[in-house]
Formats: sequence, C-alpha cells, structure tokens
Amino acid sequence: MKHLDEYRDARLAKRLLSGIAKIVRSPHTVMEVCGGQTHTLVRSGILDQLPENLKVVHGPGCPVCVTPMEEIDEALELAARPEVRFCSFGDMLRVPGSRTDLSTIRSQGGDVRIVYSPLDALEMARRDRDRQVVFFAVGFETTAPATALAVWQAKREGLTNFSLLVSHVLVPPALERIAGNPNSKVQGFLAAGHVCTVVGFEDYETLASHYRIPIVVTGFEPVDLLQGLWMLARQLEQGRYELENQYARVVRRNGNMRARDLLAEVYEVCDRPWRGLGILPRSGLRLTAAYREFDARSKFGITGSVSAEPTECRSGDVLQGLLSPIDCPSFGLACTPDTPLGAPMVSSEGACAAYFHHRRQRRELAVV
Amino acid sequence: MSHGSESLLPLSCPSPLPAVNRIVLAHGEGARLSRRLIRNELLAVLGNEHLNPLGDGALLPAIEGPLVMTTDSSVVSPLFFPGGDIGQLAVHSAINDLAVCGADPRYLSLAFILEEGLEMATLRSIVQSIGRALKDCNVPVVTGDTKVVPRGAVDQIFINVTGIGQQRPGIELGPHRVRPGDQILVSGTIGDHGLTILSARNRLEFEGLASDTAPIHGLVDSLLRSNADIRFLRDPTRGGVAGVLHELLEQMSGEICLDESALPLSEAGRGASELLGLDPWFIANEGKLVIVVAADDVDRALTSLRRHPLGKQAARIGEVRAGSTNHVVVKGILGIERILTEPAGAPLPRIC
Repeated sequence: MKHLDEYRDARLAKRLLSGIAKIVRSPHTVMEVCGGQTHTLVRSGILDQLPENLKVVHGPGCPVCVTPMEEIDEALELAARPEVRFCSFGDMLRVPGSRTDLSTIRSQGGDVRIVYSPLDALEMARRDRDRQVVFFAVGFETTAPATALAVWQAKREGLTNFSLLVSHVLVPPALERIAGNPNSKVQGFLAAGHVCTVVGFEDYETLASHYRIPIVVTGFEPVDLLQGLWMLARQLEQGRYELENQYARVVRRNGNMRARDLLAEVYEVCDRPWRGLGILPRSGLRLTAAYREFDARSKFGITGSVSAEPTECRSGDVLQGLLSPIDCPSFGLACTPDTPLGAPMVSSEGACAAYFHHRRQRRELAVV
Repeated sequence: MSHGSESLLPLSCPSPLPAVNRIVLAHGEGARLSRRLIRNELLAVLGNEHLNPLGDGALLPAIEGPLVMTTDSSVVSPLFFPGGDIGQLAVHSAINDLAVCGADPRYLSLAFILEEGLEMATLRSIVQSIGRALKDCNVPVVTGDTKVVPRGAVDQIFINVTGIGQQRPGIELGPHRVRPGDQILVSGTIGDHGLTILSARNRLEFEGLASDTAPIHGLVDSLLRSNADIRFLRDPTRGGVAGVLHELLEQMSGEICLDESALPLSEAGRGASELLGLDPWFIANEGKLVIVVAADDVDRALTSLRRHPLGKQAARIGEVRAGSTNHVVVKGILGIERILTEPAGAPLPRIC
C-alpha cells in the first residue's frame, strides 16, 4: 500500500500547506469538480488549513447531484414496474424525486437492487431471464466505460432483458459553463484525476487556453490535492494558464485508448440537462443507434416529465460554487441527510453531505 | 403374441418420492418428518443431557446470583464466507453479548426458521459448524425450535440464539461509570467482518480478507482478571465502533475524541475499505471489543489483551473528554479534527 502511505504523509502535507501559504500573495478562488476530491478535502480538514487567500469551492463534480429531477422520476417510474428489476449504485437510493425515492419504492415491494458494478446487473439479467433488468447508468466519464462494456457484452450475447437508463455526464462542458460565466469568481480548476485517466486531458488543454484559466489534473489523496493546489496557486501567481498534470503516476495525455474506443462505439455525445445548471450542449452521452435496443427509455416508453425542484433547495448554486453549503439557509435545519431537500445532501460525494458530516463549525442543528 | 416382460406396462407410482435432500414444509409440522430431522440432524450433533429429552422446555439447575439474558438473530447472506458461516456467527453473537455484560455464558437456545427447499447438505454443514462453535465455547444448547416456511418467506435460513449467563460478582459495567479522561481501546483490527460480507456478496475478492467471527468471552475473562478498572464494554457489531460510541454518548454527557491513525486495520481490510470508499469506523465486527478503561489502567488492560490470541493487536484509539457537544470527533491522518456523524443506515460505497 505504498502509494496510500506516501500520499497521506502528514509531514509532507504540512510542508505543502506552508508552501502554498508562502506563494499565495493575492486572493484566488479555485474550483474542484470531483465528488471524491470534495470528500477528501473536507474529511482531511485541508479546507480549514488553507491560507485565507486561497479559496476552494466545490463544483458539479458529484454525478448523483447533477442528475436532474426528471431523470430521478424516470428511474422511479421504471423501478415501480412489476416486470423490472431496477439496479443502481447505492447512492441513488435516497435521492429525492418529485414525490418519492428508490428506497421507498423498494420498501413498497419494488424490485430495486444495489450493485457495485453494471456488470453485476448484467449477470442478474443472464441468470434471471424472466426479469427485465435495468441499470441506472449514472456517472462521469470514469464510470461510462463500465456501462459501455455491459451493453457491449449484452449485445454479443443477444440478451433481450437488459437495458440502461443512461444518465452519463461529461465534465468539460460544465467547466466551460462555469469558466464562461461572467459572474463566476472561479480562476482555476482542479480536474478530476479518474475522469482524465479514462479520457486523457486534451480537451482540458483547449479549455485552459481558450478561457485563459489554469487547470491541474489532480488525484484524490490529501497530498495529491495539496500538490494540485500548490501547482494551481503557482500558475495563478505567475499569471500562467496551462494544463498541468499532478496525477502523472496514473494519467496520460491520451487517457485509456481502449476505454475511449469502447465509449465511441457504444455512446454518442448529446445535449443534456444538469440539475441546477440547465441544458448544457454536448454534455451527456446516449446510446448509439446500434445499441439503441438497450436504451430503457425507448424500450419502456418513458416519456419523461418536467419536474419542479423544491424551491428551498439551492443545489444549483452550490453546484456552481456560488454558495457554500454552510451558507444555505436550509443547511442543517430543513435539509439534513435524514431529510434531504436535494441530491448534494444525500450523496456521499455531495458537497452538502460532506460539510454536514465532517466540518467542525456548523450552524445550530435541529437533530444530529 | 409375446408374453415377455417387455409387453407388460412398467409399474410406476404417480406420487414422487419425498425429497430427502431438501427441507420440505413437513419438516416443520411437528410430525414424523419433523422428529426425524431433529433426531438425525440436530440431536446427533448438538445432543447433551439437557437437550436430549426434547421437552418443550429445558429444566436447568439453579444458578447463583444475577443472571444475564440476551438474544440475537442471524440472517446473514451469504451463509458461508471467508472466516466463518451463519452457524458460527449465531453462536458467537450470543456468547459475546453475554461476555460484554460481564457474564459467563451458561446455556443457549437455538431456533431455526428454514426455507422450504433448503438443501439438507447446507443445513448439515451449518449444524456441524454450530456444534464445533459450542464445543469450543463449552456451552450447550439446551432447548430449540425448528420451523419451515414456504419458499421465499426467508432467505434460506434464519437462526435465533438466546443465551443465559451468570453475572460475574464485583463487575459493574455501563455508561454510568464512564468519566472524562477515560481511555478507549479496541481489541484488534477493525472492519474485517463487514468488509468480508460486502465483498462476498458482490463477488469481490480481497486476498487475506476474512471475517473475524470469534467467541470473545475468553478475552473478556482475561481483561477482567487483570483488575484494570474497566468502565464499559461492547462488541462493535452492526454500526461498528462509531455506532457503539455514539450509543454511549447518548447515555452520558461528554465528547469522545478518536485518533484515526491509531485504529488497527488489517492489510486486506485497509485495501478493501479504500477501494470501496467505506469508513472502517462504521463497519461491523464479530470478534472484537470496544473497551473504556480508567486512564491509569490502560497499560494493564492492553497487556492483558495482547497476551490473549484474539487480542494481539489491541490498541488505544481515543479518549473521553468533558464537554456538552456529545460529538464523536476524529483526529484524521493529517492531524486535523473532524466530527464523525453516523449515516442513517448502512454506509454506502462511492460511485466515482
């Protein structure tokens, strides 16, 4: 477990923290766009140790959190069908739709299963031919190759009882939306290491130079994040706006070509709504025509409806880094992990949940 | 015309032979098949002077002093996993609950709820395992019950064990004894059982990962004999170490501060929890102790634990502090503190 120890070394972390404090002269705001990074930053306490001049905000990096309400409702509609076995990552189970959630559907008799991998759902389809197995394909580019592999295998085997409710999102359009927003205070990005492991970072180079905004591809351990922040701070102080790769031990410029080829065969890019951000062009994935038979929406005739978010939920602002969870009026009061108003409080990668569970200072809570 | 045997219709009986290799509903009806099952499969392995009469109740000799009683149901799936099985788990759960109450386990009851269609070989295997566990602990099953329910009503087999123990004189354990300054210990590596079960369910393989299911009454005995001033004892099953400590704080006023780098983890457990994104603080254990001990007696307690085969990796992980927040606070690997709040239910692994 060498990497784990090195990248959690407390002395190294402290050296990096003081290194950051030394180089940061003027105020900067940077954004990370990865639920795993949010989690580490909050959990390790790094956020509270950074100098005043370097502010880190959390972006739309939690795939559960950016799934629009309509798609949750589509999932709920499918899960309630008697012939369907609805499989999902555990995080999705308690995300509120407009009226209910998957966990409640399960307790009412719906066949809802938590799986760790889409290939587990595929195995269920192979074993139980009389069930229509649907997998909720949520996630960024990190997760998409696995779902692509699942339908690729399903097609080769001629399975007719397996389908995906596709809800994949791509990171660069979200960064573009934020970088292009004149009201945004974000001056630099930490790019998600695992996303880039799959797709590489060519797109990010273009973003950095077009929007004149530095981007550092960063890993997930505390030392990774501190190194990434140090590299970002250095660029900002030096007035550079380049793509740098902190996570070089894993990420290559071209990413993983086999994964990319598989993605290109199974999926095509499409426009897509994001919770809190509206429709971002070319920001989602859908199955190509050759794989359309595995699309749960067309298979089951799910039309989709427009659902309204509860107005008190400010997840849109939180996801764009415009509002810190702690500053949300509902945080810890109307909105808690037990009574979530929106996805960021439910998902373990959500900023609101991370803050609720781990930050020392927080507002008076109704019930812990 | 040929009158050879080939022209005669072969005799055949329209009723199928009863399945002897699977449990059927009749096994739970209290009649012939039921009694045969109990004698051949259960009594043959678990029999003893109290159980053999197969009365509706067991007549037991009087026990001096206060009694402790506990009950536990085992519903784990899969039934067999690295390090153990549901039978062992059932026995250990009751033994361990009695032990952490400061009682010597004396008698157990054993109730099965069997799913119609359960393979007899599976049941036999589990019963053998129960027999071995009982022998190891030197505690008999004195009374039992067997029910069979239709297919689908339970997941293969559920087991309930109720235990009676004799309270050790002079031992007083409980939240009311805990004071600021008391130290918190664990008896060994944390999270192994829960991670093993999760991994087995999802067909993930982590080399070296196995459940820690074990009877810890011997370890408790060792600890209590050391004369260390033990204030509070629990076995951190579902909900993990964090669950136990949150429960403790519900019954007293104060704060608990834990040191994450001091929490002992097995190599495999550490890897599994990292990969799955699960926090060991919340994961179930089945052969461990959480101990609250007076500060002066930490070394004495640790020495006695480490002398026992089940306590070799015992460690101090934190302390109780004065305060009114009732928070469990963890000092993380970078030395920075965070509040450890419990999830509402089971911890969920990460997606990305």
